[in-house]
Amino acid sequence: MSLDPSFVGRTYPPTAPYQVGREKIREFATAIGATDPAHHDPAAARKLGHRDVVAPPTFPVVITMAASRQIVEDPALGVDYSRVVHGDQRFAYTRPVVAGDELVCVNTIEEVTSRGGHGFLTTRTDVTDAAGEPVVAVWSKIVVRGEA
Amino acid sequence: MELPTQTFRVTRADLIRYAGASGDFNPIHWSDRVATSVGLPGVIAHGMFTMALVGRAVTTWAGAPDAVVDFGVRFTRPVVVPDDDEGTEVEVAAKVKEVTEDGLTRLDVTATCRGEKVLSQARATVRTPR
Repeated sequence: MSLDPSFVGRTYPPTAPYQVGREKIREFATAIGATDPAHHDPAAARKLGHRDVVAPPTFPVVITMAASRQIVEDPALGVDYSRVVHGDQRFAYTRPVVAGDELVCVNTIEEVTSRGGHGFLTTRTDVTDAAGEPVVAVWSKIVVRGEA
Repeated sequence: MELPTQTFRVTRADLIRYAGASGDFNPIHWSDRVATSVGLPGVIAHGMFTMALVGRAVTTWAGAPDAVVDFGVRFTRPVVVPDDDEGTEVEVAAKVKEVTEDGLTRLDVTATCRGEKVLSQARATVRTPR
């Protein structure tokens, strides 16, 4: 399916702050089998210089996937979510996410292309903390498959 | 330099647990009926679950859970997870591509399932272990 290239450069309003809970980090780490004590034990995390347990590197997707609904559910863009496949994913960290963070996401559409009947949509989500300082930038490319 | 290959077993139970923890309840990750109806061979792992396993491998190689500064992948092939106790396996290997003077190590990573690559352009930058 083809997506409207005029959406490139569009930035969406900041999302409501997401409170990163210690138990959520533990739950996510357990679900991926990450047993390092720094994901589970605040004392172990503090030894590494963090104020509370540290999230595994892909944890921010929990927040950014929810935040990106404002794009994929934007009726003006018209993505058919049942035809969406995950293409690429990237995280560029300023610092790790830790429990206690309050994170805000700002979504920007970076690229819209069509090829072979499929639409490709690249979004960048800038994740900042309560002080407005950058934490991680997250890129996600989705493929909207054309009708077979 | 090649890093030691790490192998991760993936079962249906892992996908259910990941769905709950991540909030990604797309039924192609838990329902054969839905997965086959959209042309997949069966239930597949969340791409982000596979990436999370690669992230575990990377932090293990780096020797620190907070060492990752950049991590990106392209999902090229689904990881099909059968409904049995064995599940499937994902093998993760990597080569050190570069060690920079400012304390970073760049890794080129490969992830395979049943002998086929499931990711391409998988790259991670980690703080060089001291």
